[in-house]
Amino acid sequence: MKVRYFAWMKRTVGVPEEEVSPPTDVRTVGDLVKWLRARSAGHAEALAEGAAFGAAVDQRTASLDSVLAGAREVAFFPPFTGG
Amino acid sequence: MTVRVQEADFDTGAELARLTSGNRKIGGLVVFVGLVREMHVREGLHRDKIDALTLEHYPGMTEKALQDIEAEANRRWPLEATLIVHRYGKLAAGDRIVLVAVGSPHREAAFEACEFLVDWLKTKAPFWKLEVTPAGEKWVGTHEGDDKAAARWERKA
Repeated sequence: MKVRYFAWMKRTVGVPEEEVSPPTDVRTVGDLVKWLRARSAGHAEALAEGAAFGAAVDQRTASLDSVLAGAREVAFFPPFTGG
Repeated sequence: MTVRVQEADFDTGAELARLTSGNRKIGGLVVFVGLVREMHVREGLHRDKIDALTLEHYPGMTEKALQDIEAEANRRWPLEATLIVHRYGKLAAGDRIVLVAVGSPHREAAFEACEFLVDWLKTKAPFWKLEVTPAGEKWVGTHEGDDKAAARWERKA
C-alpha cells in the first residue's frame, strides 16, 4: 500500500510518500502506526505516541481503530488549518 | 451542488451569477468570502510580518471531504444552490482563499447553512497553511475557536 504524509509530517518523516508491505498482523491504522515507527527516527518522531495527527484510508477520514483491509492508500497529517 | 479546488483566483460576481442563473426558487443567497489577513508572528524575539502563505492540500481527499460537507448541509436545510470554491498554493495578504455561497427559498436556512459550511470546512477538509515570514517558514497551528465553532453543529445533527 501507499503511505502519504502531509505538511510538517512530510519533512519529519523525510519523504512525501512511500510504498510499504506490512505483515498480515497489521490490521488497523493504529497497528500500521506502530509498525511504521520502527522504519526510521523520523517516522518514530512524526508518529509518536500522543503526537497530534490524523489519518485517512483511501482518502476518507479514519481513526486508529479503522481496519485497513484492502486499503490502497493511507495518509497521515497534522490537524487541518484551511479556510 | 458544486465543489471546486483550484490554484487560480475566482471572480465572486461571476460565480454567484452562474450559481443562481435560471433558478427562480432562490429567495436568499448568503455568501462568505475568506481572505488572507495580514498577520504578525508574535513568538520569539522578533515580530515578523507574514508576507505570504502557502496552502497545501490533499488532492482527491479534499474534493471528497468538501462534497461530504456540502451533502450534509443539503440534508439539514432546504437548499436550492450550494457552491464551495477553495484555493491552494501561494497566497498573499488580501487574496481570496475561499468562497462559500448558499441559496435557499428563505434566508434563515441560507444563513445557517453558510455558517455551517464554513465552520465544518475549516476543521474537516485537508488543508494546511504554511506561513512565509522573513525569518523562514512556519506551519500554522489549529485554533481552539475553530474546533468549538465546528463542534456546535455536531449537537444539531
